[in-house]
Amino acid sequence: MMEITEGSHAVAEAVRLCRPQVISAYPITPQTHIVEALAEMVANCQLDAEYITVENEFSALSACIGASAAGSRTYSATTSQGLALMFEVCFNAAGMRLPIVMSIANRALGAPLSIWNDQQDSISLRDSGWLQFYAEDNQEATDLHFLAYRVAEDHSILLPAFVCFDGFILSHTYEPIDMISQEDVDRFLPKFSPYERLDAADPISFGMYATPEYYHEFRYEMDRVLKQSKAIIQKTGKEFSRMFGRDYSAMVEGYRLEDAETAIVALGSICGTTKDAIDEMREEDKKVGLLKIRVFRPFPTEDVAKALAHVKNVAVLDKNISLGAKGALALEIKDALYSSGIPVKDYIIGLGGRDVRKKDIKAIVALVEKDQGDIFYGLRREVL
Amino acid sequence: MVDKTLELFDCGHRACGGCGAALSARLVTKAAGTNTIIVSSTGCMEVFSTPYPETAWKVPWIHSLFENASAVASGIEASLKKQGRNEKVVIMAGDGATFDIGMICISGAFERGHDFTYICYDNEAYMNTGIQRSGATPYDASTTTSPAGKCSFGNKRPKKDIPQILAAHGAPYIATASVAYPADLMQKVEKAINTRGPCYVQIHAPCCTGWGFEGEQTIAVAKLAIETGLWVNYEMVEGKVVKAKKVVRKPVEEYLKTQKRFRHLFKPTRQDAEIAVIQAMADRNAEKYAIDIKLKKE
Repeated sequence: MMEITEGSHAVAEAVRLCRPQVISAYPITPQTHIVEALAEMVANCQLDAEYITVENEFSALSACIGASAAGSRTYSATTSQGLALMFEVCFNAAGMRLPIVMSIANRALGAPLSIWNDQQDSISLRDSGWLQFYAEDNQEATDLHFLAYRVAEDHSILLPAFVCFDGFILSHTYEPIDMISQEDVDRFLPKFSPYERLDAADPISFGMYATPEYYHEFRYEMDRVLKQSKAIIQKTGKEFSRMFGRDYSAMVEGYRLEDAETAIVALGSICGTTKDAIDEMREEDKKVGLLKIRVFRPFPTEDVAKALAHVKNVAVLDKNISLGAKGALALEIKDALYSSGIPVKDYIIGLGGRDVRKKDIKAIVALVEKDQGDIFYGLRREVL
Repeated sequence: MVDKTLELFDCGHRACGGCGAALSARLVTKAAGTNTIIVSSTGCMEVFSTPYPETAWKVPWIHSLFENASAVASGIEASLKKQGRNEKVVIMAGDGATFDIGMICISGAFERGHDFTYICYDNEAYMNTGIQRSGATPYDASTTTSPAGKCSFGNKRPKKDIPQILAAHGAPYIATASVAYPADLMQKVEKAINTRGPCYVQIHAPCCTGWGFEGEQTIAVAKLAIETGLWVNYEMVEGKVVKAKKVVRKPVEEYLKTQKRFRHLFKPTRQDAEIAVIQAMADRNAEKYAIDIKLKKE
C-alpha cells in the first residue's frame, strides 16, 4: 500500500513487520523517531515485543546480544556517538555470530559536535564483521530491513547487519512508500530460528576466549562467511524482487553507466542527487554515469571492477574520511580497479551535513575529467 | 527443589588451588540448579573456566564483555519472558566488573527492575590482569597499582558500599556471603534467585595469589575476615538489614597478618596508627550491623 511517510516512521513500520521479539534502544538524534514510533506500537499492542529502555547505547546493543543468544529476533537503532559508544559491543556481537539488525541514521562524529549527516559513523565500523547496507531513498531503507534480517539470520551466515540511511536527509523526509503487508512479510521472513541458543535443556557456552591456537581461525571464519554472504544477498534479493517487484539482488547498481566515460561512485542518498545531475549532464552530451554501492560490507570488489571496466575516469564521493589517508570508499574502489589502470579520484564531500547539490556533482565531474581530485571538495577557504 | 548434590561447575578448570572465586562458582551453581543461565563478565573466572574449546559450565553460560553482564542479562531476561520460558538468569562477575567498569550497566538494569540475580565474587582487586586495585580493594591493601612504599601504605580508600547503592535502586533482596560459610552462601543465592526482581549477592572470595597466602588457607582467611568484623555477612530485604552474622570479635591484625598484601603494616616496623584506622573500620561495621556477641562476665 502506498503512503506518504517520514523515513524514520517507514523504517519503524518495516521493523514492526519483521516481528522483533526484543527491542533495545536509546534516543539519539536523528535516530529517535524510529524508537519513539516503535515504543508507541508496543504501547498500543500493535507490536508484541519486549522493549528495553536502556541507559545508553552500549547497553542497548549488549541487551540485544543477550536477547539474541537466548533465541529472540532483536532490533536496535542508533547513530554517530551512540554507535561509537557501541564500538566494543559491535565487534563482540559479530564475533559471537548473533544476527542482530540495527538501523543507522547516519550522522557525523564529534568533535566538533554535529548532529548532521555524513557516513563517518558506520564507515568507522567497517572492520567489525557487520554487514553494511546503504539506502538511497526511504523505500530502499524500508525494504533493506526485510532483506537484512533474512541474510543475517541465514544459518550459513549468522552475522549482524546495519541498515544505513542518511540522517535527516532521509530519516526526516516524507516520501511515498509502498509498504508490504504483514502477510507478505511473513512469507518472505519466517519466524526466527536460532542456530544455537542459551537453553537449560541443552547447555552450551557462548563467548569463550580463544588462545592463539584458535583465534586466527575464528576471524578467518567470519571473513569467509561475510564474503559468502554476497551470494545469499543476491539470492534473497532475487526472491524479494519476485515477490514485491523491487530488485535489490545486485550489490552495486549502475545508472546510465553502460556507455559512460566518467563514472561517479557513491553510497546512500547522494546517489539520488547524482542521478538528477547525470540526467542534466547527459542532455549536454556528457557521458557520465553512476555506480551506486548498496552493500559496503561485504565489499563487492569484483562487481565494482566489472561495472567500471569500460570507463575512463572514476570520481568517488566519500561522506567520510579516514583522516591521514583517503575516504574509505575510494580506498575500496582503488583496490577494485588496481590492475585496470583506470584513474580513481576521491572527493570528500558533505561532511557534517554540508549540503551537496547537482552543481557540486557537475563540478566534480569537471574536476575528474581534468584529472584533479583526492581533495576535500568545496572547502570554505575564508574560514581556514 | 534444586538437587544440591549436582556439580554444575565441573572440576578440571584452570583456577589456582584454593581459589575463592572457583569455590563461589561451584556453590552458586549448586544452589541455582540446572534451570539456570549464567552470564559472566570478563575476568579470572571467565578465563579459568572457558578456554575454547573447553568449558567448566554444565549450565548454559555466556560471556560478552567486561562491563556489560547486567545489560546482557537484561536482554536474556526479556527474551525468555517473550518466549514464555522460566530459566533463572544469574550473573557471575568479579569486583572490578561490578564496583568499577560495569557500574552504569548495573545501575540501569537494577533501575529497570529485571528479574535476575547478580552475584559478585569479590576478591578485592583486578586479579586477572595481575592484582591491580579496584573500588573493592580494602584500605591499606598493597596491590600492583596501589603498592605500599616509602611514602604509601597501599590503597588509600575504603571499599565502596555497593549493597547500599543497590538498595537505593530498590533491589528487593541483597546479601553478603563468604566462601567460609557455604551453607549460608547457598541459602542466600537460592533466596535471591527466588525473589522477583534484581537481587544482589556479594561473596567474599579470597584470592591466595593476589592476597598472598597459601591456597589451603582460603577458608581460614575468609573466616578471619568475618571474625574480625572486616567483612560482615548480612541480608537486606527491601533496603533494610534484617540479619547479620554475630561474632565474638578478634582484633583486625589477626586477619591482616595472614596476608602479604598487608605485611607492610607489620614489617619492617609495626604501623600502629594504620592498624588502628583499620580496627576503627571494623568497630564501625560491628556497630552498624550489631554483630558483637557480648560474652557473659564470669
